[in-house]
Amino acid sequence: MAELDFAGQVLSEGGTWRFPAHSPLLLDSGGKLENLEIAYRTWGTLNEDGTNAVLICHALSLDQHVAGVHPTSGKPGWWTRLVGPGKPVDPARHFVICSNVIGGCGGSTGPASINPATGQPYGLSFPVITIADMVRAQAMLIEALGVETLLAVIGGSMGGMQVQQWAADYPDKLFSAVIVASASRHSAQNIAFHEVGRQAIMADPDWKNGAYAQGKSRPEKGLAVARMAAHITYLSEPALQRKFGRELQRDGLSWGFDADFQVESYLRHQGASFVDRFDANSYLYITRAMDYFDLAAGHGGVLAQAFAGARHVRFCVLSFTSDWLYPTAENRHIVRALTAAGCRAAFVEIESDKGHDAFLLDEPVMDSALQGFLSSVERERGLAK
Amino acid sequence: MIRQDFREILRLVRPGSRVLDVGCGEGVLLDLLTHEKQVDGRGLEISAEGVAACMSRGLSVVQGDADQDLDHFPDRTFDYAILSQTLQATRQPRHVLDELLRIADRAVVSFPNFGHWRVRWSLLHRGRMPETEALPLPWWATPNIHLCTLADFLALTEDLDVRIDSCAAFAGAGPARQIDPTKAIENWRAETCLFMLSRNPAPAGSPTEPPAPSGDLFDG
Repeated sequence: MAELDFAGQVLSEGGTWRFPAHSPLLLDSGGKLENLEIAYRTWGTLNEDGTNAVLICHALSLDQHVAGVHPTSGKPGWWTRLVGPGKPVDPARHFVICSNVIGGCGGSTGPASINPATGQPYGLSFPVITIADMVRAQAMLIEALGVETLLAVIGGSMGGMQVQQWAADYPDKLFSAVIVASASRHSAQNIAFHEVGRQAIMADPDWKNGAYAQGKSRPEKGLAVARMAAHITYLSEPALQRKFGRELQRDGLSWGFDADFQVESYLRHQGASFVDRFDANSYLYITRAMDYFDLAAGHGGVLAQAFAGARHVRFCVLSFTSDWLYPTAENRHIVRALTAAGCRAAFVEIESDKGHDAFLLDEPVMDSALQGFLSSVERERGLAK
Repeated sequence: MIRQDFREILRLVRPGSRVLDVGCGEGVLLDLLTHEKQVDGRGLEISAEGVAACMSRGLSVVQGDADQDLDHFPDRTFDYAILSQTLQATRQPRHVLDELLRIADRAVVSFPNFGHWRVRWSLLHRGRMPETEALPLPWWATPNIHLCTLADFLALTEDLDVRIDSCAAFAGAGPARQIDPTKAIENWRAETCLFMLSRNPAPAGSPTEPPAPSGDLFDG
């Protein structure tokens, strides 16, 4: 596909890339995926020297539509603050790539895809995947697109985990790396919240042990509850209080269990709208991949060792004061490992009361930090004065 | 107009060396060192605004403070560690100085001399905590919790078995004056002191590659 994006200003391309026949993706679990497909979008063009490619890695519930207009919802991309004309990542200067993670439901192979061996949707026969598997698939895509090195790989939250994995597994392909509101491993609390979400899905009778694709109904109630619980972790206590307080939906209490409070109504809406755009099994698989993420574990338990090959890479790490999902301490842990490994790292904790979601919202300090970092990276790469 | 102490630091630092600026503020000195001495510079800065300003200058600066974050750097990562007008604001100046000389071959440290005659006069004559050009804030607003005199600092360097490679004094906006810090008169005259320190015995004259960081100390 090729279409004009950003109100007709920028050519957006992309589509689905299929792994060549007889070259399956080998997985950390020991399994493999045949005929793997990766849905992706690109903006801008790769320059002659191949030095201007920027890969954006998406978070749990997002997709490849980082910029421009989402083809089905018609809404703007999820990180247009960062990517777009006149933005720190600009299709006029950069070749921007964003792909849907494997296991996802945005067009890449996931549990809802047809298993070529059976002709039926995978469901729970889809293998458990990891962040490293996602990155391995991205690396194949990048190569297929003719990109040898990335000027920057950028991601927030689960996207930041992929960025770290890139630095550990493919340091020679990287010039710089941006990790926003992320962690090098899932904490007990992170795993606990994900488990609540998974249990909500699996407790829904419509889930049918993952084989709901063949039936008429999907486990929408379970997925909605999972999203509601997760959504609370993306906000902060002060942000919720500021937005809703104890405000009621109508005059007076219902003396029942309707959504009396505005915060209840808001969460129900978040849950209900999520089921329209997300697959319950994908939610299980991707949250599992995040829970299994522990970058240090594969490097003798020493995170600095994971970054030992990335001393030439320029890193930028950002965290937010009110993010309790991936708090500053977790981001600082990454920074200290980078420092110990001898990597060049910049790190700043940004004052915000918007919680984890701050990375997707109006945070001018984040904008200017990223703008500053990326322009200096471009200067160093010889792309700008 | 370059600050006099920055001018002196620019003079001291060898071109192309690896430098850590602790408490680098908005990165003015790091920027100067990068452009005029082509150093490979890193910074540590406590304020988010300072770090953001540094990032927009393209500097590799980490938000953190001298008391807590020096511990995470491997031994001899740098040729120089600079601590400009910050030592007196740290909680553990002795530990910080020790750490500077663990992670760098040389430490460049400047601080306001509490033995300066104006400070002594203020205390003696007015009986009040001094407010001078070098120490402009009232006692209840100053970040300076560990002030010392030139003589105190000398005693600490002896205690830590640290070698003094050079010492300069500043007064007002005047140029640097090379001094012998052991002379008693300097403890009266120097408003601000700037030391270049190294471990005993002296580090080798030519820069050496740091040992590969093992990372063993940095698990957690």
